[in-house]
Amino acid sequence: MQPGELIAGDRGARAPQSDDLARAWAVLGEVMDPEVPVVSVVDLGIVRDLGWRAGHLHLVVTPTYSGCPATEVIEGDIRQALEQAGFPAPDLERRLTPAWSTDWISALGRERLRAYGIAPPSGSASKRSLLGEAPQVCCPQCGSHHTDLLSQFGSTACKALYRCRECLEPFDYFKCI
Amino acid sequence: MHKHDLIPYLLLLGDSALIQGQRLCEWCGHAPALEEELALMNVGLDLVGQARNWLEYAAELLDDGRDADALAFRRDERAYRNLLLVEQPNGDFAVTMAKQFFYDAWHHAVLQRLVDSSDARIAGIAAKALKEVTYHLRRSAEWVQRLGGGTDESRRRMLEAIPALWRFTVELAAGSDNEVQLAEAGVAADPVQVGADWLKQVSTIFASVELPLPKAASHFYLSGRQGLHTEHLGLLLAEMQFLPRAYPDATW
Repeated sequence: MQPGELIAGDRGARAPQSDDLARAWAVLGEVMDPEVPVVSVVDLGIVRDLGWRAGHLHLVVTPTYSGCPATEVIEGDIRQALEQAGFPAPDLERRLTPAWSTDWISALGRERLRAYGIAPPSGSASKRSLLGEAPQVCCPQCGSHHTDLLSQFGSTACKALYRCRECLEPFDYFKCI
Repeated sequence: MHKHDLIPYLLLLGDSALIQGQRLCEWCGHAPALEEELALMNVGLDLVGQARNWLEYAAELLDDGRDADALAFRRDERAYRNLLLVEQPNGDFAVTMAKQFFYDAWHHAVLQRLVDSSDARIAGIAAKALKEVTYHLRRSAEWVQRLGGGTDESRRRMLEAIPALWRFTVELAAGSDNEVQLAEAGVAADPVQVGADWLKQVSTIFASVELPLPKAASHFYLSGRQGLHTEHLGLLLAEMQFLPRAYPDATW
């Protein structure tokens, strides 16, 4: 590549290759949530769409919470990872509708949360689980069902604070929304 | 209906969330327990995030070069459209939680209707916010019950907090003409229905711990919807807006 080549014309616009989207999904699978660095943005279910538009990758990203301070960081991380993988100037669209739900966290994402010490959301984000009925939350350390809610709000907006009555460890629970 | 008619309503929603969020943030470093501190800040963060969504929409409709930050940090008190309730000082923990509960019950009733708004953007922001506010309401209702039905001291404080805030609740059951028209057009929540839901929610929680329900609040000479605020909002804004006003070029 010659110096100046990147500056000429629309920066990096190019024709899509057949395996590009699969490769871009793989790159996104390596972009971790900054607050929970074992779950990728794909496993978290916040990448809603990925396609090709006017020679650039076009992504739709849905924030987890209205006030999630990680939203901008995540978008920056996604952009950087894609650029490094040879997808210049990806076009990120932030979309609120439909609202993100913990139901979109993949099975792999749930398992990784548990292994990391965060109890994954229990059940589906139905009205019932939002409006009362205490969910059954298992301790991610010892698997016991004997757990108590300490606080509805944990270290981040998406988590609640629990304690296990068997192993006595406190732990975070990823709330259903 | 013209899109511009939405602006006062978006400011009511956005400014109320922003000011309530700012008041909660005043508890940072002062909450009675670590778990409470986290909860107060989390709720505040949700509200500030929601405020941004509403104010971004308002800014786009205003289309005068201002963005959501400019609306939050460069408007004077009289241009704010928040409910009078949320600008009231935090007082003790009973006042803070009673205020939060009154606001959450209103907020929840409004959002429940806005998810079906004929304006798709309003419906989208509301659907996101409703999930969060459901948690807020559950928590503040529990606190009203814990304090109201707790020790003599906690009950005494809750019994003092309720009448101190009650007169501001008149705004939770009454909307402006603009709001009524927007509700008829299927865009806004019907303020009368919201008021009925609000009263039902408050009555239920009060009755569960035998807190007496005051008589309905009567008309008040100030009105948040008209930008006529109590003396507390100006002081709050002076603190909140100080940095961007003093250092207009400051960036993160």
